[in-house]
Amino acid sequence: MSVVHPSPTGLQPILKPQAHHAPGNFFTKYIFSTDHKIIAIQFLFTTLLMLIVGGALALAVRWQLAFPWESMPIVGPWLFSAEAGQISPEFYTMLFTMHATVMIFLVIIPILAGTFGNLLIPLMIGADDMAFPKLNMLSYWFIWPAIICFGMSFAYAGGPAAGWTAYPVLADLAQAAPGSGTAQTLWLLGVTFVGFSSMMGSINYMTTIINMRAPGMTFFRLPLTIWGLFITAILQAFALPVLTAGGFMQVTDRLLGTCFFYPSGLIINNADPTIGGGQPLLWQHLFWFYSHPAVYIMLLPVMGMISDMLSCMVRKPIFGYRPMIFSMSAIASLGFIVWGHHMFTSGMNPAVGMAFMVATMMIALPSAVKTFNWTATVWGGKVEFNTVTLNCIGFLSMFVVGGLSGIFMAAIPVDVYFHDTYFIVAHFHYVLFGATLFGVFAGIQFWFPKMFGRMMNEKLGKTHFLLTFIGANGTFFPMHFLGMQGMPRRYADPYLHGYLEHLLPMNQFMTISAILMGSAQILLFINIFYSMFFGPKAGRNPWNATTLEWTAPSPPPHGNFDEPPIIFHGPNEYAVHNGDKDFLLQTEKECEPPKPSDSETENNTDNDQETSS
Amino acid sequence: MGKGWCLFFLFWPVAAVVSCAMAPMVGWSFPYDNAQAASNLGIRIDGLFYLILLVTAVVFVGTQAVLVYALWRGSNNRDERATYTHGNHKLELIWSIIPGVILLFLALYQMNLWADFRIKKYFPEAAVKAPIAEVTARQFEWRFRYPAIGKKLQPKPQADDLYSVNELHVPFGKPVMIQLRSEDVQHSFFLPALRIKQDALPGLQIPVWFEANKEGVYDLVCAELCGWGHYKMKAHVIVESEADYQNYLKNLTQQQFYDGLGKIAANENDSESEATEK
Ligand code: HEM
Ligand SMILES: [Cu+2]
Ligand SMILES: [Cu+2]
Repeated sequence: MSVVHPSPTGLQPILKPQAHHAPGNFFTKYIFSTDHKIIAIQFLFTTLLMLIVGGALALAVRWQLAFPWESMPIVGPWLFSAEAGQISPEFYTMLFTMHATVMIFLVIIPILAGTFGNLLIPLMIGADDMAFPKLNMLSYWFIWPAIICFGMSFAYAGGPAAGWTAYPVLADLAQAAPGSGTAQTLWLLGVTFVGFSSMMGSINYMTTIINMRAPGMTFFRLPLTIWGLFITAILQAFALPVLTAGGFMQVTDRLLGTCFFYPSGLIINNADPTIGGGQPLLWQHLFWFYSHPAVYIMLLPVMGMISDMLSCMVRKPIFGYRPMIFSMSAIASLGFIVWGHHMFTSGMNPAVGMAFMVATMMIALPSAVKTFNWTATVWGGKVEFNTVTLNCIGFLSMFVVGGLSGIFMAAIPVDVYFHDTYFIVAHFHYVLFGATLFGVFAGIQFWFPKMFGRMMNEKLGKTHFLLTFIGANGTFFPMHFLGMQGMPRRYADPYLHGYLEHLLPMNQFMTISAILMGSAQILLFINIFYSMFFGPKAGRNPWNATTLEWTAPSPPPHGNFDEPPIIFHGPNEYAVHNGDKDFLLQTEKECEPPKPSDSETENNTDNDQETSS
Repeated sequence: MGKGWCLFFLFWPVAAVVSCAMAPMVGWSFPYDNAQAASNLGIRIDGLFYLILLVTAVVFVGTQAVLVYALWRGSNNRDERATYTHGNHKLELIWSIIPGVILLFLALYQMNLWADFRIKKYFPEAAVKAPIAEVTARQFEWRFRYPAIGKKLQPKPQADDLYSVNELHVPFGKPVMIQLRSEDVQHSFFLPALRIKQDALPGLQIPVWFEANKEGVYDLVCAELCGWGHYKMKAHVIVESEADYQNYLKNLTQQQFYDGLGKIAANENDSESEATEK
């Protein structure tokens, strides 16, 4: 059944479907599964669970900022009866540290790479599974030791209290703060486990994309989603080892007293801890060398997914397919040389700062190009405002705000003022919450039929979008103003300082918006669980989309395709004349010659060349 | 319903622009007197901020307007098919080059400001020659060490140095420099009114200069997470005339050396109460 087609890349595609073997028992089918789609679903539910945890932590943080030192409703008296339900400053530090940790390491990164990466890579390139299915399974199961470490650190050891950036000396010396003891070591261990998980994922994704593309699937016919995931995997593979090394150094500092990150002569809690010889700056370089690329790890897959979804929703090919790829690559490579923009006030040589500044300014450029391309994709399209479209537009408008506030921070003198104030918090929430999560919401709604064979509810989806969008803007936009007024982040009680006293009402407004936004997520969960069982059955291709996954059954069986697909052209052939359809699947060979009114006659079935109109 | 959504997406950028335009009037802008920085360098920083605000506002309004218009047209589209196009080379070039030029301009435009701000070669000479005080951050307070009247600040504490906690006095109208250090973890010296921020790194001495142009009492806060008491590192910088400043130093000398013998300053005394509090 498998005819071997000459691969256009010269590489021999792997064409032995491991498909259609016996499903095995419940245990091997749903728990220790090596099927990429099941693993994707495992990642989905785990990360959604973590989203609830991270969201609850965020609401607790916001509670303190709106009603400082007032007893937390409902959970307060139960959690800390000794303090009459109050949040103590120690607990507050731990709250925002864990909030950020959970959101970044257990929500955003695994939902993108884990859920969408796993689900889409084999399906979109026409493979029957990942290159290393067992490694894939392991990458999911390594999330759990991380969750356990974080949980233990939180519940048993008093909680890490040094922020998610874990800057030494605070994070490096056990005496430096409550929660800098065992909790911090456990936290580092947790991060290392997440790192292992990502690393296994990224190796798998790279190998799969390079080696297992179906015949005809050249690199320039890959859907942009795959490009986004591919570039992300490369970023992970290069950046992550640095963080892991840094993490080990911090662990040995803590346990063996190696002093990589602290100098001698410190006096902490009235005692001179040890000899020294290290430098806290070293950690910052190592940390941001990973964590700056990491912000693109949290964004690039969404950029790819949005491109495919938007193009399908407006029934137009993506505008500037190749520029989209080049801009993603530019973001990724520039992403490696701008980590210093997190350190403009750190005491790093200010002249070096200038180099980082210019590089950072330049990284705004590919982001702008992408925004223009998306807008141009909408231009002249046929727009139907369903949940997917709405979330895509939500992504676009939030990303623009986040991108533009980035320019303020690239300007060093302005950044020096804004650094570590709420302006920064506004910026990364616009990007991470605003852009990434809206992209994720769109992606869930869009690929849900492929995952579960059923459609999600549109009314619930739209209401969820509406409330989330209002809540998000109400919560995060005023943060810009807080930042302008100089409110530092990570303050349990900013109103202690005269120049911040008047900010309480604004913070209360934001907290109310946050509660609205948080409650809106209940709709998402209802929608998911209701539709999983009772949603209308979806056919193979409910969106009339063009990419490969829509040629497989919904949900696809273990092994994915009925027969190995062959690919004839690029990924977004919409607005074509294909009988009574306006789209051309990647596996369809040809379509009716277009009417002469269409300018690009000869390029209709081939977008390998960039065409201009 | 499509039209409704278009209006919805139109509403937010309008609200954003209106609230940003209103911000200075309703006190949502920079701190202190009419949102005016209390240092000349700070005023230049604000200028750069407003320049970028202008540029980004134009871009923001432009992209949002085009987006909403495209959505509006798209939701009206009754054609059988959308426009078939894979892109446009010329457009792609235009919208890479124009933002590129603007960004490069912004990058070069601020270089001078940054050099004046932070690069020691460009610091005012008088300030570099006579640092006014050593500022030591520690959990959770600020300590200041001034040289004795008429003397220069030495890297190591001297017997006749003057000390104060959480209150730094400086003269206005002339550039002053401090030596910033930390005794335990990382902190950050943040003077919002003057738009000054510099991390205090354990193991390093970092020079910071500023010139206050107005008398006043300004909040000094810590901007780098330094432990559970991070939010309560509350100090003030008191900017006063040269005469008042000299008076203050004299008073301080008298307080610390009341017997007139110039014994070694008991610099640990005033922190004892703080320590027991913990
Ligand atoms: C439910 C919506 C959310 C709310 C209400 C919220 C609220 C907050 C607040 C109030 C802080 C400030 C803590 C402080 O610095 O004092 C914060 C910090 C942070 N948040 Fe969120 N957040 C939300 C979602 C997210 C998401 C989805 C991410 C994804 C990565 C995220 C990442 C972060 C990060 C990295 C920090 C910095 C923490 C730190 O180190 O200070 N947040 N959030
Ligand atoms: Cu960054
Ligand atoms: Cu602090």
